[in-house]
This record gives sequence, C-alpha cells and structure tokens, in this order.
Amino acid sequence: MLEISGLSKRYPNGLLALSGIGLNVGVGEIVGIVGGSGCGKSTLLRLISGLEMPTTGTIVLNGEPIATPREEIGFVFQEPRLMPWLTIRRNVVFGIRHLPEAEQKSRVEEALKRVGLTKFADNWPRELSGGMAQRAALARALVGRPSVLLLDEPFSALDALTRYDLQDHLLDLWSYDRPTMILVTHDIEEALILSDRVIVMEPQPGRILTEVTPGLSRPRLRGDPEFDAWKRRLLGDLTHSFHVRRSGDEDFPAAAI
Amino acid sequence: MSLAAHAGRKDEPVALSERLTGSETATASTQGVKPAAGRWGWLLGLIVPVGLALGWEFAVAFGFGNGRLLPPPSRVLGTLWQLAKSGDLTVHVLATVWRIALGFLFGVIAGTALGALTGYSTLARRLLDPMLQALRSIPSIAWVPVFILWFGIFETSKVILIAVGVFFPIYLALSGAILSVDRKLVEVGRIFRLSGPELVWRVLLPATLPSYILALRAGLGLGWMFVVAAEFMGASEGLGFLLVDGQMTGQAQMILASILAFAVLGKLTDWLLHIATEPLLRWQDGFRPAG
Repeated sequence: MLEISGLSKRYPNGLLALSGIGLNVGVGEIVGIVGGSGCGKSTLLRLISGLEMPTTGTIVLNGEPIATPREEIGFVFQEPRLMPWLTIRRNVVFGIRHLPEAEQKSRVEEALKRVGLTKFADNWPRELSGGMAQRAALARALVGRPSVLLLDEPFSALDALTRYDLQDHLLDLWSYDRPTMILVTHDIEEALILSDRVIVMEPQPGRILTEVTPGLSRPRLRGDPEFDAWKRRLLGDLTHSFHVRRSGDEDFPAAAI
Repeated sequence: MSLAAHAGRKDEPVALSERLTGSETATASTQGVKPAAGRWGWLLGLIVPVGLALGWEFAVAFGFGNGRLLPPPSRVLGTLWQLAKSGDLTVHVLATVWRIALGFLFGVIAGTALGALTGYSTLARRLLDPMLQALRSIPSIAWVPVFILWFGIFETSKVILIAVGVFFPIYLALSGAILSVDRKLVEVGRIFRLSGPELVWRVLLPATLPSYILALRAGLGLGWMFVVAAEFMGASEGLGFLLVDGQMTGQAQMILASILAFAVLGKLTDWLLHIATEPLLRWQDGFRPAG
C-alpha cells in the first residue's frame, strides 16, 4: 500500500541526503529502519509524511502520491512536541479537531485510556514526565486512526525501563487498528522487538544497505539466543555502514550505533 | 494473541496509569507553589517609596529643607485632595484615561496587524520592516508639530500620538516572536494539516502570547509616557494639562500631584492588564523564584 521508488533528496546546501530509495510496505506491517546518524532515516520519514518534498522519485500511498501531510498518516517525533498551552486532553483533540464534538470526546477519552493518561487529561504538558508526554504524543497521533504511523526515534530520549514499557505499549496500541508502522531507531533491540522487517541504511548518500526479516517468533525476548543472533547480524550490517562512512569521509563524526 | 505477549511481556496488559514507574511520575506536585510572602508580598513594594516619602516629610517638618521646590508628601496629597473634592481631579483623570484607552486600542490593533503580517510573511517583512524600524527611532516629541499640522490641536492628534507610542513595542515584539516560534511545533501543526490563518490561530498566536502580553504591558507604559507629550499639545484638561498648569503658576505641589496621579494610574492599569492576562499564561513553564 505504501510504495516508494527512485527516491532522492538533495538539500539546498547541496547535501544529497538520500539516493535511490525503493521500498514497499504492506498493510499493517511494522518496518524498522536502522542506521547511523546522518544516513537519512529521519529525512526518509519526513518525505513519507509530506513534510518535505523529494528531489526525485515518488511516494504513493493507496494509489495516491504524497505531496503534503495527509490525514491517514500519523507522526510521532523524537520529542513529544505537545503544545505547551494546551492541556493533555486538548493536545489529543488537536489531532481530530475537524470531527463533531461528541465524536471528539469519545475518541479522546478512549485514546487517553489506552495510553493510561485518563487521570492526567487536564494537566499541562509541563506537569508530565518524559514517558507520559511521549504517550500523550502517541495518543494524539493515533486518535485520528491513521492507516500509517511514522515514528522518528520516539523513545530515544527516555530511560531504559520507560523505553521497554513504551515499546510494549506501542504494540498494545498497534493491536487496536493495526496501522502500518515505520519506525526509525538507533536501537537495534528496539527494531528487533517491534519490527516485522528491518531496513539497514548506510550514509553518504543515504541508501538502503540491506533488509532483514527476523525469523523470530513472538513473543520476542531480549537475551534469547536467537534474538541475540539477529542482533549480532544487524550490528554487523551497521558496523559495515559505519566503515562505509569512515572510508568516505575521515572528518565525519563517528556514528552512534 | 495479546500484543503484550507479542512483545515478550509475560503479564496481561494493565492500565498504564497503574504501572507508572518512579520516572513516570507526573511533576504536578512541584508546580504552583506560592512563595512564602504569599498574598501580602506586594506590600514589600511599598516599603521604599513610603519610606522615602516619610523621610522627606520629617526632613521638612524638622527644618532640614523648606519644601518649596520639593513639597513634602502631605502638601502634595493635600493638593490632590483639594482637586478631588472640587471634582477637577475626576475631570482631568477621565480625560487622560480616555485618551490612553483610545490610543492604546488603536496602537494595539495596528501593532498586532502589522507585527503578525511581517512576522508571517517574508515579503511583507521586506517591504515594511525597514521603514517601520526607521520610524521607530523618531522621538515622540518630534511627531507633535507634524500631528498638530495634520490632525489639528484637538483629540485626534493626541490619540494618534499615543497610538504611535503603543504601536512600536507591540509591532516589534509580535513580529520577532513569530519568527522565534519553535519550528518543531509548527511542524506538528503542518502534520495536522494546519496552514494560513488556522496555523496562526492554533500555533503561532498561542506560542507568541507570552511575548505579546509583555509587549502589551510595555506598550501601555509607553502610552502613559506619550500622553504627557500629547497633552502638552494645547490641552485644556488632563493630567498633562495639570502638569503644565502647575509649571506656569509655579505650584510645585500641583506638578508633583500630577506626577503622582500618573504613577498611580500607570501602575493600576498595568496591574489590571496583568490580572486580566495572567490566566492565559498558566501553562508557562518558566522560572519562578522562591521566597
């Protein structure tokens, strides 16, 4: 349903961020994208969301090219990006402000309940912890029931326990409407826990190096020998991409893998 | 299969609010703590001016000064009392407040409209901002002869002069604040398909509200300064007129009574504006000093 072909992005400063990206993502599929810093993962997500336009290539969702942000695409950023002047409830309403009030109310109550923030509906964003704020951002992205949910390193700023909790919770949320999810992450474990398919990208310019479909049954357990084997394989791919960068530009900062 | 199990969790899904970890606890309890001074804290602001006034009162009473050029507070307050008793004070205060109100209104409208336009549109900024910045550096008093020539000596020129004073801080603050709005929040607006007026209303305006409100207060303060220049333009009533009258008749206590009235009214209107706008900024996560 999401078809990307011949995609490239060159910024006005001449930097070629992406080149020759081709990717198809099926309905309800969870695709993880991993790669070092600067390999164009976030740029790819921004192009899919319609926030930016590609230099060449097309992105087609359900037969229609994406040119601007669309209702059926939800986006969760690295930071919660809640509107600080709106309560948590009003932040979630922000995603469905065009719906009739009665439907807004029922959807927002449901979304807040799903993310466990009912008791904090009338709090200001400043009054929530990082994990709770990110859950509010998830509720805001999902309340409109998008068919595609894009997640740009959504848990990277959180502590390990909160991150594990939210990874589990993301799958809980996914189970309701089963949107297609594309998750950009630095964290190989996160990609393996969540994704049906993992795309590994390499930098300069951002390209798809390889893709793997972890043959892991669910539930996936961290520390399981098979899980660790997949983790080592992905780590090997990422290390290769890191060396590609280092040999390409000695001055480039080391990737955070 | 439960998606919790799907992810490798052994327990059944539990409402997240029931399994918040320590790091997930809301920080609401740390907010909104009133300083120890509490509701009477504002009285602290009276200590210095009242102390200075009493000091001067006693200095004149005990012969350390004659109080001719700087009358003691009792004489200034007596003059104000006489003006109030005769009804003159009300007439002068109402005339000044009315001019301020109209000038403030027009200044706010123009400052907001042009500030929003130049903040939002690059073309408008390139077209208008250089000229407005040049006009901003013109001293208020320089406008007086021009406005008298253009709009006559009566109310119109006075109100326009005050509006000019109010306009610039609001224009400057709003235009700058729009350009400083967090790009990331604007992106959220774009993801939810906001553009044009809806983006301004739902994202840009609330984001600039703290700067805008501060600019309103600065604009109001300048309005009070400009009203004096305005009432020097041949006014027959108003606190500025009282000031000039005191100077012409050599009544220092009249001049100081006018200045005192300006100070009290300026502070009162600023306080009213602060009280009226405070609820709009409850969401702010700014520094709140303790004690």
